Amino acid sequence: MSGPILALERVTMQFGGLKAVADLDLTIGEGDLVGLIGPNGAGKTTVFNVITGVYAPTAGELRLLGRSIRGLRPHAIAHRGVSRTFQNIRLFGSRCCRDNISIAAHQHAAATLLDAVVRNRRFERDERALREQADRLLEFFGLSAWSDTIAGELPYGQQRRLEIARALAGRPRLLLLDEPAAGLNPQESDALMHLIVEIRRQFQVTILLIEHDMRVVMGICERIAVLDYGVKIAEGTPDQIRTDPKVIEAYLGEEVHADLGAGG
Amino acid sequence: MRQLLWMVVVLAVLAAANTVLPRLINPYVAQVVLLCGINVILAVSLNLVNGFTGQFSIGHAGFMALGAYGSAMFSLHVGIRWVAALQAVGAPAPLAEGVALLIALVVGGLLAALAGYLVGLPSLRLRGDYLAIVTLGFGEIIRVLILNVDAVGAARGLPGIPTWVDFFWVGLGVVAVILLARHVAGSTHGRALFAIRDDEVAAEALGVDTTYYKVLAFVLGAFFAGIAGGLFAHFLSYLNPNSFTFLKSIEVIAMVVLGGMGSISGSVLAAIVLTLMPEVLRPVKDYRMVIYSLMLVVLMITRPGGLLGSREISLAWLMKRLRPARERA
Repeated sequence: MSGPILALERVTMQFGGLKAVADLDLTIGEGDLVGLIGPNGAGKTTVFNVITGVYAPTAGELRLLGRSIRGLRPHAIAHRGVSRTFQNIRLFGSRCCRDNISIAAHQHAAATLLDAVVRNRRFERDERALREQADRLLEFFGLSAWSDTIAGELPYGQQRRLEIARALAGRPRLLLLDEPAAGLNPQESDALMHLIVEIRRQFQVTILLIEHDMRVVMGICERIAVLDYGVKIAEGTPDQIRTDPKVIEAYLGEEVHADLGAGG
Repeated sequence: MRQLLWMVVVLAVLAAANTVLPRLINPYVAQVVLLCGINVILAVSLNLVNGFTGQFSIGHAGFMALGAYGSAMFSLHVGIRWVAALQAVGAPAPLAEGVALLIALVVGGLLAALAGYLVGLPSLRLRGDYLAIVTLGFGEIIRVLILNVDAVGAARGLPGIPTWVDFFWVGLGVVAVILLARHVAGSTHGRALFAIRDDEVAAEALGVDTTYYKVLAFVLGAFFAGIAGGLFAHFLSYLNPNSFTFLKSIEVIAMVVLGGMGSISGSVLAAIVLTLMPEVLRPVKDYRMVIYSLMLVVLMITRPGGLLGSREISLAWLMKRLRPARERA
């Protein structure tokens, strides 16, 4: 493990009078699998939105591989190797699965608009490479049968998988998964846990995930950060988090409390 | 190599049509066919913006007006002299006029493209209805400007534009815009446009520079609207600001929506249908526009996704449709 791939230094995100994220320090090492948890409205997705450039933080610094990415537009951050999925699936609903993946590999296409219009050799080579990469990803995710299916018509579970496949198409170094297990049944979340571990191994990607399903988070994450009202209240191994009194208090009254105690 | 061959074939077919068609059909029909072609260019170019990229623009008549007046002014002040000079050194008339027309069209197209760039910029911040209002305002500004600038004829209109446009040039414009749209659609750049239409937030997060592509769509769409305007000017020989009211924009939108958002062949088909319909309905006189509007309403109710939805008519698609029919027979 080398230096940190992502470092958040005292990052604050304020919307009017609301501090959605306050003085957040978070460091993620290359190859880590880190979980970000917290009660509803704790600011987890806001953290993702700050990392991916949807919001520029009100204060603080963000470094990707040592270089500041603060204030960059989302596509520029994506080009530097950060990719994500969304809490409420956001596929390109009118395109087929293969196109969904090819779009995300857009940055690696060398053919210019002119190449595309005259259909020269560079364009042909590009298209072939994009297609092959898309087909490989679809196969890895068990979606080969749906290659030409319109993404919006896929069953829910497959849509979730396609979104992760799409996030990998840009060959990211850091993958942000926003509640990948949401809406999945226990068998499906089991499969997802294996998948996430396998993704990290195969694609050599660092993963930060937001998840409400404690079984998933506790099962695969090596390190967990807990957010409550925008403040990081704990960080540590699953075992440390499980017994942390502050975490238990934050979750008190929520169903998850029982899961925290019972897990492992 | 194959592309070169195709280009030669297309040019030959167009040239042949250009010599044969005027002898076969009367001038009225010829005029309707040319208008069909110009409207196809308008519809396909607007489809790049509205259909592909999902940016609702209702200022297409403004771009067309810029192209029409820009190219007409160029021809009147520069082109005519060049044609005379070329003919003086022995160039045949069609060649000299063709060169002058081509340059005039590009000038008009570039002028419209520049305007498309300027209008595309606010589209970065505005969405849906708000963008529609901005583009509507743009179209009206262009019209009112023309109406008040004496150098381009103001309300009197601009007469005496050389009539250099024939089947060949309109056909070439149609082929060019369809080819461009098809090739863009099948490339990574076209997929980026579709991604913006489907989900702008996701497109941006996955590395698509949405700013660049939204402006690009406007520039390309405006360029070809300008070309259509230039063809229109050099075909009618007279321009009037009233040809470019926002009703013209609405007409083109109707073609795009009726054909199916994002479907190139749909736009082509709808542009032809909507140009022919008022002509075919001429015998019913006063009820013409009533029936025209009723047909639009009925079509939209029965086919809300447009005539072709998002499908494209291609050779492969036609074969697939025809084969079962043959087997049944």
